[in-house]
Amino acid sequence: MIAQSAIEAAALRSDRFRLEREGDWKRLEHIVSRMEKGRMRRLSDDDVLALPVLYRTVASSLSVARETSLDAATLAYLESLVQRAWFLVYGPRVSLGAWLRRFLGGGLSASVRAIWPDLLIALAVMVAGTIVGWLLVASDVEWYHALFPGGPGEARVPGASRAVLFDTLFGNDGQDPMSAFAAYLFSNNAQVSILAFAFGFAFGIPTLLLLVQNTAVLGALLWLYHGQGLTLELAGWLSVHGTTELFAILLSGAAGLHIGRSMAFPGDRPVLLAAAEAGRRASQIMAGVIIMLVIAAILEGFARQLIDNTPGRFAVGGSMLVFWLVYFFALRPPVDGAASR
Amino acid sequence: MNAAPPLRRPRSSRANSSRERIMITPEGIALPLTLASRGTRLGALTLDLLFIGLLMIGTTMALIAIAGGTANLFGAVQDAGQNAGSLRHALEFLTVLWFAAMFLFRNAYFLFFELGPRGATPGKRITGIRIAARDGGRLTAEMVIARNLLRDIELFMPLVFLASASGGGDMAGASLAAIAWFLVFVLFPFFNRDRLRAGDVIAGSWVVEAPKRKLEAAMSLSSPARPAVAAPARVSAYRFGEAELAAYGEYELQTLERVLRENRAEAIRQVCEAICRKIGWTADVTDERAFLEAYYTQLRARLEAGMRMGKRKPDKFAGSS
Repeated sequence: MIAQSAIEAAALRSDRFRLEREGDWKRLEHIVSRMEKGRMRRLSDDDVLALPVLYRTVASSLSVARETSLDAATLAYLESLVQRAWFLVYGPRVSLGAWLRRFLGGGLSASVRAIWPDLLIALAVMVAGTIVGWLLVASDVEWYHALFPGGPGEARVPGASRAVLFDTLFGNDGQDPMSAFAAYLFSNNAQVSILAFAFGFAFGIPTLLLLVQNTAVLGALLWLYHGQGLTLELAGWLSVHGTTELFAILLSGAAGLHIGRSMAFPGDRPVLLAAAEAGRRASQIMAGVIIMLVIAAILEGFARQLIDNTPGRFAVGGSMLVFWLVYFFALRPPVDGAASR
Repeated sequence: MNAAPPLRRPRSSRANSSRERIMITPEGIALPLTLASRGTRLGALTLDLLFIGLLMIGTTMALIAIAGGTANLFGAVQDAGQNAGSLRHALEFLTVLWFAAMFLFRNAYFLFFELGPRGATPGKRITGIRIAARDGGRLTAEMVIARNLLRDIELFMPLVFLASASGGGDMAGASLAAIAWFLVFVLFPFFNRDRLRAGDVIAGSWVVEAPKRKLEAAMSLSSPARPAVAAPARVSAYRFGEAELAAYGEYELQTLERVLRENRAEAIRQVCEAICRKIGWTADVTDERAFLEAYYTQLRARLEAGMRMGKRKPDKFAGSS
């Protein structure tokens, strides 16, 4: 501490003001420096508790100093110190674990419910995309190759016999679980859904196109298997992971649309504010989408090989669909103040 | 501020006035922020991409080494029929690990660091910038997620597209499209006042400088480094009258403070001569620094007294108070 005599010896009133408060400033600077270096654990509980109080003390010192002091160095120091402390006091204080708990325990489903108009639009677009895919291929078989460019060994081509197509759906239970394949599918699908979300930035139009393009493939596949009377079997094969994966793609598309829509029609808010609000809500959904895609990839890589009959596959796919619907729309935990922020 | 418009603004603040922003904290205190320059941000991004690239290469090489080691191990055991399955499982597990690691490096690197207490990736930390919420409120996890998911279409997608296009046949068209796409987002910060990139728009964040200053000794105090006995004597050696102190305002005071802090003999001599000319000081000046310190202290005392009475004098051109 500064000796009392030194304070009295100071000629200027603003210097006495500074000397009296310097201790608090230095203590805040010490705490802030420690926290910035990520050494939270080495701070005593007293220091952590003191941070908000000291922040307000130093902030008020700054207000006073601005009106009474002309010491530019002190003012600059106080401004930078208040700013650094402000970042910590108003920083992303929740730990990743706490955030995840709040997120899974209501934040995610609340965000999903909040964008229901976009969900309906995205759903309509996906259904339309499937129908378009079917109709295109039905009118001209060449479209099939454009939509579904298979490799050289691809069995799923127009004109394939029923037995060949049947083999692509069943009889793989002897194979090992395809974990590497699942990982590949996941990172691929996750990148596609991030894209669908991010395209919302261009007012959502590329998002719509991406949804149509992806579901048109589904329509083409449905047409192919329908021709050999295997529609139900294909649906079962797809449903194992498809209910989760298509739901996730639906959510990411809706999240992208939500951003696009609020930028195109911000209402009475400034565009930037509307975009930021929508972006925060949509990004929460995207975190959920990534989790759903992990689950979908596990189902696709493992469960689909293990269950070799259509009723079983429908049971898994159907129960996943019911699970997601209940989780997103039926369970409504009381949203507390922290979660609604 | 609320005084008569000064004829000359402080030069230092004019140089980057287009980057100065005032942010109001929830306590109602106005904090000046400086937006990070585009060059700094490009530098930070380059550093981060370099780090990510090194991490990716390092992980890939480590996994390949592990895979090679595993294969050798199984080869050495010489029980081929039985071991082929387990070897494949082991390699498959490594492949899964590789996919997961690549996905995380690409998407979680920025998230992880920007959610920390510094709000900055290593690249940003090195270049002295960080992210903050535009509205002056709390920087939330959702903001960080949103601004970094957009990075995918701003940066990674055109790069991947470009790479795949240059490998294929239809090179010119696809490359041009990728470059045009890339430019739209790269140039985005040039077309808005706050230098936001697309991700910042969506997230409601911006990138600011993260200044760090040490508390410097007040020039009006006798510093403990200097002999304490000399100070009062020096201060009393030069006393200035009302008219002599009325010559300058706050801007000149802070310029004088800077000169004293920098403490360059040549500058001190020149400033001292200028002040003597201006105030008509004819007496002999033996110690120029002591003279300036005394003038600084007394001028500050006078201006601060004026401040307390609500009268400010921004610079020497302002009307005499």
